Amino acid sequence: MMPGVSMDNPVAARSRGFSPGRIVLYLILGLFCLYYLLPLYVMAVNSVKPLSEITSGGMMSLPDEWTLAPWRAAWSQAQVGVEATGLRPYFMNSILMVVPAVALSTIMGALNGYVLTKWAFRGSTVLFGLLLFGCFIPFQMVLIPMARMLGLMGLAGSVAGLVFVHVVYGIGFSTLYFRNYYAAFPTELVRAAQIDGAGFFRIFWRILLPSSGPIAVVCIIWQFTNIWNDFLFGASFSDFDSQPMTVALNNLVQSSTGVREYNVHFAGAIMAALPTLLVYIVAGRFFVRGLMAGSVKG
Amino acid sequence: MGFLDITRATKSYGALKVLHETDISVEEGEFLVLVGPSGCGKSTLLNMIAGLEEVTSGDIAIRGRSMKGVKPADRNIAMVFQSYALYPNMSVRGNISFGMEMHGIARPERERRIAEVAELLQIGQLLDRKPGQLSGGQRQRVAMGRALVREPDVFLFDEPLSNLDAKLRVDMRTEIKKLHQKLGTTIIYVTHDQIEALTLSTRIAVMYDGHVQQLGTPREIYDNPANMFVAGFMGSPSMNLFPARVVAGRDGPAAEIVLAGGGSAQLPFAQGRMTDQVGREIVLGIRPEAITDRDGADRNSRAVHEVEALVEITEPAGSDTFVATQIGGRDVTGRLRADVQVAAGQRFSFAFNMEKAVAFDPRTERRIG
Repeated sequence: MMPGVSMDNPVAARSRGFSPGRIVLYLILGLFCLYYLLPLYVMAVNSVKPLSEITSGGMMSLPDEWTLAPWRAAWSQAQVGVEATGLRPYFMNSILMVVPAVALSTIMGALNGYVLTKWAFRGSTVLFGLLLFGCFIPFQMVLIPMARMLGLMGLAGSVAGLVFVHVVYGIGFSTLYFRNYYAAFPTELVRAAQIDGAGFFRIFWRILLPSSGPIAVVCIIWQFTNIWNDFLFGASFSDFDSQPMTVALNNLVQSSTGVREYNVHFAGAIMAALPTLLVYIVAGRFFVRGLMAGSVKG
Repeated sequence: MGFLDITRATKSYGALKVLHETDISVEEGEFLVLVGPSGCGKSTLLNMIAGLEEVTSGDIAIRGRSMKGVKPADRNIAMVFQSYALYPNMSVRGNISFGMEMHGIARPERERRIAEVAELLQIGQLLDRKPGQLSGGQRQRVAMGRALVREPDVFLFDEPLSNLDAKLRVDMRTEIKKLHQKLGTTIIYVTHDQIEALTLSTRIAVMYDGHVQQLGTPREIYDNPANMFVAGFMGSPSMNLFPARVVAGRDGPAAEIVLAGGGSAQLPFAQGRMTDQVGREIVLGIRPEAITDRDGADRNSRAVHEVEALVEITEPAGSDTFVATQIGGRDVTGRLRADVQVAAGQRFSFAFNMEKAVAFDPRTERRIG
C-alpha cells in the first residue's frame, strides 16, 4: 500500500500527490512504458532512414538522413509476389474483407442475442451452447472442410470467400457478447413495444439496437482485430489477387530477390498494424466499459 | 355478456397449472383489481388479457370479440408495467408517441394527443427529457401517459406503484383513482397490496394458488370474506382468526373461547345467527376494529359483549392503540382509542362486536356463517 494513497479519502490523496512513494511509482511506470514502447520505436525510426544506415549497425540510433522513401516503396513499389505493386492492393483487399465481415458478424450476433434472450424457443439454450462451442474449435481443424465448402459455393480464392469464413467464425463470439448483454436488458421493454404495436424487427431496430452501443463497440473491436490480423485463413483461402494485408506483408518480408530492405519491411509492418491501432484509439475508451456491461449480469 | 369476458380461462406450463378455470365478467368503466400474494396467478391472468401469454383453454373476449390469436397490438389495450418499461433511448415525447406511430396515426394528431396527455398528467416540461433523467414518480406519469394516448378499450396495470417510495405511492394511488373517475375507462389492475385493492377498485378478485378465491366489491370482500385466506389477506392489521366452539348460550348460540391462562368465556352471536351449528368446532374471525374498549365500541351494534383478558403487548400507533392478547392460543389484536389507559400485564375488558364476527369451518377453511 502506498503511503498517502487512500481510496476512501480522495481529497487527501490529491493534496499529497507528490509524496515520495508516488514519485517512485511513476518512475517505475515510466520505465515500463519505455520498455514496452521500444519495439515501436525501433520500427518507426528504421522505417524513415536509408537502408545503408541500418546495415552499418545503426539500428537503435535516430536517422542521420530522414526519408519517407521506404514508406512510398512499401505502399506502392515493393515487390510483393510476382509484381511490384507494393502493399496497396492488399491493404484494399483487407479493407474489403474486414468491413463487411465485421458488419455482418456483429449484426448477426446482435440478432442471435435478441432471439436467444427475448424470443427464446425450445432448444434455444442448446443452440447457444453449440454456437459457443464454435468459438473454441481451433482454426486448423476446419481448414480442409472449409476449403471444400468454399469450392462448392464457388467462393474459393475470393475476398467474398474470406468474408464468409470470418463471418462464420465471428458469429459465435458476437452472439456470446450480445446474448449476455441482452440478458440484462429488461424484457418488459420488449413487451411494452409489442403492445405498442412494434413487430420483431422493429423492436430490434428501434428499441434494442440503439441501447447496444457499448457492447457493439466491444464486438467491433474484437472482430476487427481478429479478422484484420488473421493470417491462417488469409494464407489458406486466398489467391494472388485476393490476399489480405497480413499475407502480403509476409510475402514482402520473405521475398528472396535482391537485398533485404529492412526499412521497407518496417514501414510495411507499421502499415499493417495501423488500422487496428486506430480502431483502439477511436473506440477503445468504450471497450472496458462495454466488457463490464456485458459481463456483470447475464 | 360484459365488456371484457374471461370464460373458463386456464393457463398451464406443461404439467404445471398456474391458473385454474377462471370466470370473470367486467363491465365497461369498472376498476377491477386482481390481488393476491406472489405466484397466485394474477400477473399471468393480466398477461393473458394483454395477449403476452397464450390462453391454454377457455377464452377471453373484449367487446364480444374473442381474443384468440389476436396480437397484443390489435387488442386495443394499453399496459403500464411495474418497471414502467420506458424506452431508454427515446425522449419522453418519443416514448408517448411510439405506440401511435406504430399504429399509423399521423403526426399532427400525435402531437395533439401528446399535448393533451401532457396537460392532464402535468408532464409538459419533461417531454424532451430521457427516462434516465426522470424521478420515479415522473417515470410513472410518463408510463401512464403512454397508455392514455392510445385511447384503449381497457387499461392494464401491472403493480404500477410497487417501485415507488411509501409517500409517493399514496399520492399516485389517489391520482390513479382521480384519473379513473375523470375518464371512466375500464381498468384491470394487478397488485399484491390489499390496501391498494380496497382503495382503488370497484370490484376485487382475490387470488391464491391459481384460483379466484372471491370476487366482489371491496365492502363485500372486507365484511364477508368467503374463506379464511381472503379473511386473513385483506385488511391491515389482518383479521383475527382463532378457534372457538359453538355452544347453546342463554340467548341463543354463543362462541366459547379459551382465554390466556386457561379461563374460558362465551361470546353470544348476533340475533338469529349460527342457530343450526351448536356443538360445532369453528374458527372465529373478528377484525381488530371490532375488538375495542367499551366506549369505543360501535353504538349501532346490538351485539357488543365484553370479555376480560390479559394484555400481552400494546402498540400505540398515534391515532389508535393496538393491543394484543391471546385467545385459543392465537394472538388476537384489538384496536383501541389512543387515549385508553392500558398497559402490558394488566387485565382489560375488551368489547367484542359480534355483529362483525364471521365463522369458518376449520377443515375446509370456508365460511359457514
